[in-house]
Amino acid sequence: MGLTVQSTGTSVLNDNFTIKKSTPDELVIALAGNPNVGKSTVFNSLTGLKQHTGNWPGKTVTNAQGRYNYNDKTFILIDLPGTYSLMANSVEEEIARDFVCFGNPDTTIVVTDATCLERNLNLVFQTLEITRNVVVCLNLMDEAKRKKIKINLKELSRSLGIPVIPTNARSNQGLNDLMDTAYKISTGTLEVNPLKVTYDEHIENAIEMIQPLVHKIINGRLDSRWVSLKLLDGDRAILNSIEKHLCINLLEDNELKRMLWQALDYLSENGIKREEFRDSIVTSIVRLAEDICRRCVIFENKQYNATDRKIDRILTSKVFGIPIMLGLLAVIFWLTITGANYPSELIAKFLFWIEDCLTSFFMWAGAPKWLHDVLVMGMYHTLAWVVSVMLPPMAIFFPLFTLLEDLGYLPRVAFNLDNFFKKACSHGKQALTMCMGFGCNAAGIIGCRIIDSPRERLIATITNNFVPCNGRFPLLITISSIFIGGVIADGAYQSLLSTLTLTAVVLIGIITTFAVSRILSKTILKGVPSSFTLELPPYRKPQIGRIIIRSIIDRTLFVLGRAVSVAAPAGIIIWLMANIQINDISLLSHCAGFLDPFARLIGLDGYILMAFILGLPANEIVIPIIIMSYMSSSTMIELDSLQALRDLLVSNGWTWLTGVCVMLFSLMHFPCGTTLWTIRKETQSIKWTLISFIVPTLTGIILCFIIANAVRLMGLV
Amino acid sequence: MENVIPLNLLPLGKSARVKKLVCDGNIRRRLLDLGLISNTVIEALQKSPSGDPTAYHIRGTVIALRSEEASKILVESSQV
Ligand SMILES: Nc1nc2c(ncn2[C@@H]2O[C@H](COP(=O)(O)OP(=O)(O)O)[C@@H](O)[C@H]2O)c(=O)[nH]1
Repeated sequence: MGLTVQSTGTSVLNDNFTIKKSTPDELVIALAGNPNVGKSTVFNSLTGLKQHTGNWPGKTVTNAQGRYNYNDKTFILIDLPGTYSLMANSVEEEIARDFVCFGNPDTTIVVTDATCLERNLNLVFQTLEITRNVVVCLNLMDEAKRKKIKINLKELSRSLGIPVIPTNARSNQGLNDLMDTAYKISTGTLEVNPLKVTYDEHIENAIEMIQPLVHKIINGRLDSRWVSLKLLDGDRAILNSIEKHLCINLLEDNELKRMLWQALDYLSENGIKREEFRDSIVTSIVRLAEDICRRCVIFENKQYNATDRKIDRILTSKVFGIPIMLGLLAVIFWLTITGANYPSELIAKFLFWIEDCLTSFFMWAGAPKWLHDVLVMGMYHTLAWVVSVMLPPMAIFFPLFTLLEDLGYLPRVAFNLDNFFKKACSHGKQALTMCMGFGCNAAGIIGCRIIDSPRERLIATITNNFVPCNGRFPLLITISSIFIGGVIADGAYQSLLSTLTLTAVVLIGIITTFAVSRILSKTILKGVPSSFTLELPPYRKPQIGRIIIRSIIDRTLFVLGRAVSVAAPAGIIIWLMANIQINDISLLSHCAGFLDPFARLIGLDGYILMAFILGLPANEIVIPIIIMSYMSSSTMIELDSLQALRDLLVSNGWTWLTGVCVMLFSLMHFPCGTTLWTIRKETQSIKWTLISFIVPTLTGIILCFIIANAVRLMGLV
Repeated sequence: MENVIPLNLLPLGKSARVKKLVCDGNIRRRLLDLGLISNTVIEALQKSPSGDPTAYHIRGTVIALRSEEASKILVESSQV
């Protein structure tokens, strides 16, 4: 749900790390770390930017940069993707590693999780092999304290030979120290004496055989020991990167090539072939981490994870796991629907009162009628609708969703649902990209980068649109509460029924995702599920205040802003279409009339289909367009309540079936413009963009067609 | 005393030591990244509602593995 201007904007989509220094003496700091250790939180605190944070691994998949000043220097901070290692097993690891190697950072900060230091040291060691200038930021110190984990900082820093700074990034503790240390290391006023991992004797000998040659060629631009290690490892990716960034092709050097062969022969004579080599390297690193932690970390409470396990046993239990998940979803919807109802009406009343004032003002100023109509009836009216319909639900939905995210619930969802994804031959992390889709499908599609296998990534991309984004929620909420809920029941049951409807709609979306994923896996994207591992991070106490501020400012207002900027021009266009007459019939009616026969087949009508088409730039404006088209062709009524809206729809021939079909079609139709554009960027292919357009649309048309005609045949409407 | 089984057969709540990874390439690297070198203690915590994947306690973190991957990790259960 990385809904910030950056993450949906263009800037985020290029992974190359061209750093624009505004003056040559700006210093570059790279921020590395395992996923979910608070790297983005550190980044945000230092730079004042708003990268997406949340308690699940994999949400930062792009390089962000920001600046901060400390003492007399300006620092450029680069947030690298979260990785467990720098062995370049995945795209993120390659990006992170290449930056540490070739981005020439003056200092690299490795953010680590104090509650799980041993595992985090892996990355620290690997970073130290590439560069000397490293600071360890030992984050989540408050969590460590809570779990009674004691860390001997002096000893740790001495063992590693580099500074270790304890922090609690969420409450800005220790960050000053961190900046100070980074400053000192970057300016060379603090000497470091980093620990190097010592490997198996034979591997060390092999390194010695080629290192002098490598050193001669690389000439200090990279650590020659590390490059030698990579050569022995047979790491092609790094050779390519060296050629790309330093214009050196190591294997062109015949002497080196000869020595490399000799070294490899030597290794295999001693029983170390390729797999054993990697095993041995990893084993040495892990053992060293074990050793250091044995000396520096004390677990005063061996059962420090017991509570988490208890919670997990409930949240992912065989009997309750899935019901709890759906229940939580329903509770969120219920709170959103009931909570948004009243404020929505208030805002609508207020905004339409302003509309009256505007009208009076135009009359007083003697403005021409057409000007008033275009600006007030067209633009302002649509805007008012979008704001009053969208703002309250989002202001409730987002904080609640963020709360779950911060607690660490999302990975549990992925855990619960994984088997379904496996059966659909797709990737378990697709559940996470779907969760991101709830915020914004474009963000969900960028999030698909957490899936390594290209086949599964495409499946996740194509099906992401089956999760309703917040742009479509208002439509679903409005229709389900004024229509389904309103037609069938009254009073107290109404909100309950709308909640159930909404939950059902989302469930249908999820089931469709499984079905379509499976169909894709059996047809155009044939394949078997790839391997994956999913981390279930510890539950963390959320910060309520921050969540509210963050979700309202970062997400709600951002999304609203986007909606408004689309709604304003759209409002004018619709108004013009509704008022330009050809043969006494408005342009809008002409178009709607043309679409009508087809639309009827799938349970909609021409105006509705038209609204979906015109809503291509942003789904938010579909409802306002429907309303405006109806209003322009019927007598003007004041639309200041949901009741009035319902009357308007009913008088235009809506039945509950129309409501159902509109909701289904909203759930399953072409992705919005931004999303399509993002898919194009991410897949680098027009073909897959087209398929992502066609697949959901076709699904929606088929489903609506079947439902509409079945219901009509059975004579239910 | 030898009692080597694939990890997916380890009963919930039981711990065992990693003996061998019977896979190569990408999967092996991924498992190694988790710190699954030989003699690492691993505990089976619980299964997902539909029986697969299973969550394991590995070096202070909780990792879910599908049975396909778990079956490639041979563990020795009698020692712990
Ligand atoms: N208690 C506590 N939580 C933190 C701290 N730093 C970050 N967090 C939380 O940890 C989660 C992961 O942080 P994030 O910055 O998104 O991690 P990233 O994946 O490394 O970028 C978020 O829910 C943060 O609010 C900290 O020092 N203490």
